[in-house]
Amino acid sequence: MSEMDKNNPDKNIPAVEVEDMTVAYREKPVLWDVDLVVPSGVLMAIVGPNGAGKTTLLKATLGLIKPAAGKVLIYGRPYPEQRQLVAYVPQRGTVDWDFPTTALDVVMMGRYGHLGWISRLSKNDRTIAFEALEKVGMEKFADRQINQLSGGQQQRIFLARALVQDAQIYFMDEPFQGVDATTERAIIDLLRDLRSSGKTIIVVHHDLQSVPEYFDWVTLLNVRKIAGGPVDEVFTEKNLRAAYGGRVGFLGLTLTENNSVKKD
Amino acid sequence: MSTLQFEIQLLAAVVAAACALPGVFLVLRKTALMSDAISHSILLGIVLAFFVTGDLSSPWLVLAAAATGILTVVLAESINRTGLVREDASIGLVFPALFSLGVILISRYAGDVHLDTDAVLLGELAFAPFDRYELFGVDLGPRSLAVMSGILILNLGFIIAFYKELKIATFDPGLAAALGFSPLIINYALMSVVSVTAVGAFDAVGSILVVALMVTPAATAYLLTDRLSVMIWLSVGFGVTAAISGYWMAHWLDASIAGSMAVMCGVIFGLVFLIAPQQGLITIARRRLRQRTEFAEAMLTIHLSHHEGRPEEKEESALATLYVHMHWDESFTSRIARRAEENQLVVTEENQLILTDKGRRLAEATMAL
Repeated sequence: MSEMDKNNPDKNIPAVEVEDMTVAYREKPVLWDVDLVVPSGVLMAIVGPNGAGKTTLLKATLGLIKPAAGKVLIYGRPYPEQRQLVAYVPQRGTVDWDFPTTALDVVMMGRYGHLGWISRLSKNDRTIAFEALEKVGMEKFADRQINQLSGGQQQRIFLARALVQDAQIYFMDEPFQGVDATTERAIIDLLRDLRSSGKTIIVVHHDLQSVPEYFDWVTLLNVRKIAGGPVDEVFTEKNLRAAYGGRVGFLGLTLTENNSVKKD
Repeated sequence: MSTLQFEIQLLAAVVAAACALPGVFLVLRKTALMSDAISHSILLGIVLAFFVTGDLSSPWLVLAAAATGILTVVLAESINRTGLVREDASIGLVFPALFSLGVILISRYAGDVHLDTDAVLLGELAFAPFDRYELFGVDLGPRSLAVMSGILILNLGFIIAFYKELKIATFDPGLAAALGFSPLIINYALMSVVSVTAVGAFDAVGSILVVALMVTPAATAYLLTDRLSVMIWLSVGFGVTAAISGYWMAHWLDASIAGSMAVMCGVIFGLVFLIAPQQGLITIARRRLRQRTEFAEAMLTIHLSHHEGRPEEKEESALATLYVHMHWDESFTSRIARRAEENQLVVTEENQLILTDKGRRLAEATMAL
């Protein structure tokens, strides 16, 4: 595959295909035989109750944990061949924010994948990183030590880092967790921009209320895949009940309200 | 200063610098204790290789020791991965077992060679220059200096070449893995470097002080900077400073050089801990005091503005009884009142505190927060 093809994958092929993914921790399955097809160019939420395996699905797809069974294809090829097409935003809490480094430095880490082993960052990488900081409105904080940033600002840094990976598919684990309303708005605007430029975005999401507003595609997960497809078709009370069990009581009400708003 | 003294100091400085380099990453990865584990368990490798080769200066000793260092990491991590034992406990399970095996082997089978437990624990820098390294009859200096210089260059090369990989695998192992920089490989590479360094330094300073030289300079540097590259150079600087000053302290006290070096590491850390500009104890204490005074001033302006123009104003703003209303200590109250006057937040008229415009603005701004 030439460099050109790599950067412009065939958009008729699904961006991500997961087949028969099973992940178990000490014989206890946390993901059971999940099949997933994510078409190119959607903005998809993965929702489900706590312990449904949302983060696990993301990590297993990216090869960060070894599944007991299952196969992953990124634009029709195995993940290790397609690394450059994929950007990953882990949960904010998974890194040490006291690490001695600056915001700009963290963003530049997103360029490492393009460099490979040993090669060093160039001036160009620095420019790209700075532009990404501008896109998330954080250019003033470029030289700031990262533990002096608020939660929302840290999340923006993570987002900028994903932008400089210049990928086709973005995997994000709870990007809205613990951020203020302004940051949430900024993030969703950015995700929509990415989608309009033909990227595919897959977001582990917590807040059911905002699913119809933010996303056009959704996967409901609870150890097994409950449903997946366009939000209009699969984000129904029946499927939510199947995913969340009895706990959906109060959600059901707001949901019908949301759905009726959508139908108007 | 004699050549001997110079050579000892040079060796001490090289050992300290070589230890400080990987130490930075151990501290940042919160695995500082791994250096303790490795520096002890390598004894087993040294003893076993000695039994096979029968030569204390064989390079196989270094390789065997490094292999035992890696074995320690692998064993500790596999015990930890079972999920039955926590990380610190699994380190604590593995290295004493390997170390004591080494101690038993020495005492049982090698009692008559120069591989005694004192040398293992503390090393002996002062004797190092007597073991010379010669090539074609030319004296190239102490053998351990040659070995440690090689290790220092190795460590420097490793960190320069894999700076970016070490950085990302330490800060965000998840992203490192997703980008194709296996954190596992980087971890083992770092642990190999730590092992080799420990073997070399072991000879000079013994297994306990290796830990001091790896952990303390890095921990000291961490207090002073928020840049990784600066932290690395500062660690090296602190290590070398501790080595040289430790040598002279030992000279002056006629005490163990290695022990004095470790003490100086601790002294430097203590000083920095006290006076570091951002995170030092003194700075923190001053900052707290200043915040307390500023907040008290703001509270005073709020109190005055509440009662401004009301019938009780005279009573509430009287300098003499102010402390009763504020529920403050009397001397603290007069100090705050004086400061508020100096800062033009209030003026005193007939022993009454009257708000200025500036004071009124501060009260409003504080309440708006």
